[in-house]
Amino acid sequence: MNRSLLLLLQILVALVVVALWHLASATTLFGNPKTIAFFFANPLGVAERIWTWFSSGSIWYHLGITLTEAALAFLIGSFGGVVFGFWFARKPLVAAVFDPYVKAANALPRVVLAPIFALWFGLGIWSKVALGVTLVFFIVFFNVYQGVKEVSQPVLNNGRMLGMNERQLLRHIYLPSALSWVFSSLHTSVGFAVVGAVVGEYLGSAAGLGYLIHQAEGVFDVVGVFAGMFVLMGFVLVVDGLVTLVERKLLAWRAS
Amino acid sequence: MPKNDVAAVRLNGVAISFDLADRRRYDAVAPTDLAVGENEFVAIVGPTGCGKSTLLNATAGLLRPASGTVDIFGVPLSGINRQAGYLFQQDALMPWKTVIDNVAIGLEIAGTARTEALKTARHWLERVGLGAFCDRYPQMLSGGQRKRVGLAQVLIRDPRLLLMDEPFGPLDAQTRQIMGDLLLKLWSEDRKAVMFVTHDLDEAIALSDRVVIMSAGPRSHIIGDFPVTLERPRNVAEIRHDPDFIRLHRDIWDALRDQVMKAYDNTAGAAA
Repeated sequence: MNRSLLLLLQILVALVVVALWHLASATTLFGNPKTIAFFFANPLGVAERIWTWFSSGSIWYHLGITLTEAALAFLIGSFGGVVFGFWFARKPLVAAVFDPYVKAANALPRVVLAPIFALWFGLGIWSKVALGVTLVFFIVFFNVYQGVKEVSQPVLNNGRMLGMNERQLLRHIYLPSALSWVFSSLHTSVGFAVVGAVVGEYLGSAAGLGYLIHQAEGVFDVVGVFAGMFVLMGFVLVVDGLVTLVERKLLAWRAS
Repeated sequence: MPKNDVAAVRLNGVAISFDLADRRRYDAVAPTDLAVGENEFVAIVGPTGCGKSTLLNATAGLLRPASGTVDIFGVPLSGINRQAGYLFQQDALMPWKTVIDNVAIGLEIAGTARTEALKTARHWLERVGLGAFCDRYPQMLSGGQRKRVGLAQVLIRDPRLLLMDEPFGPLDAQTRQIMGDLLLKLWSEDRKAVMFVTHDLDEAIALSDRVVIMSAGPRSHIIGDFPVTLERPRNVAEIRHDPDFIRLHRDIWDALRDQVMKAYDNTAGAAA
């Protein structure tokens, strides 16, 4: 499909949704507009609020906080995932012993950890980073584990026959193979880093997008809630676009 | 090969077994003796599943024989065979490295400076006809081109022994002939010892000095050993029409046919 046509259709979807939303909240077409606007806000109000946030510059502070938390969660979680993924994959005994605990820990809904992290790390950014780390870690961990386990046997044998010792096999074969799995899960792990940050802020903080949304909800400011959600969505789209750029660079060898 | 000469490869009673999932043992190869001379090109031919590749892996040091010993240039083998270069049947290039990095790696890990290694790699890629593809990734190449890279990757280390496991098996017929000619051209320059495993009798005769026939498994063993006296240099595509080639082919096929049918019956029986 033509790229510009695709973009046009994508924009059209947004326009139709916004138009319907506007009709519902400004005319009597779908019922009492006042009631609808109370529950769903109205697009003009939301746009105005977002404009105010950006023109006054107040939103940048919150965006910066959320971005910092997500970035730290991503970096720390990825690093831990790579290290532990490697360790478990290379030491089957360790993997076998810890297997039930890893599964149990991963099955835990992270939301229940948020209050504990707030207790341990305070209401600043670190409790949110910790929450994001618990999400990112497992994604990267499982991918690295898989990546090391599923190194192609001929490639590995070839490395051995070319004279590689264990350290060289690690550097030239295991690590690139594992990293290619990590990179292919970048979208998921970066997304979860943002989720961790926002959920953490939502449950208790003094800054960030999650805080903004929570504050608005506290005073039934539906316009504020919707404005916060839209800013969050835009934020995620931008981050995801950056990830795509990075991915294209790092996984150039996969393109055909 | 004269008896007192030091062989490149000498298998002494090498047998290979595998543990099956149900705790039984599968004896793939019965105790086997085989010697490959220092400048000799030996092809090993047998029906599918006869254990010829496992014999090659034992020579490479990738697989421990259940019994028997492997001598490489007179020295008993333990661990990986450092004298050998191995060309695999499957894709064995590192997909995350460019073509030239794949070729240079063998020198780099042995301690050659990177610029020097890249220079030599470029030279080898030119010799296999891929001088223009240095900066591509393996995924961007055709199957035949990847085999050429594999050949350069192995030969750049100048191993004294070449092990080849149906290297051209996945390629189409024309490409196989072209690769065969390329291999013979490169080989004729310094005549390394070669163990070339294939199930294609035409290819075996066209390339080698000696064709060794293995029986169908289990307990596969050598059932024939035929010298190939066809003159070199050879043209892989045209030598098939040579009367000597045809006669040799008929002789060897007589020995091989029963084994091929037996292997076919075995697998058909397993499928039924």
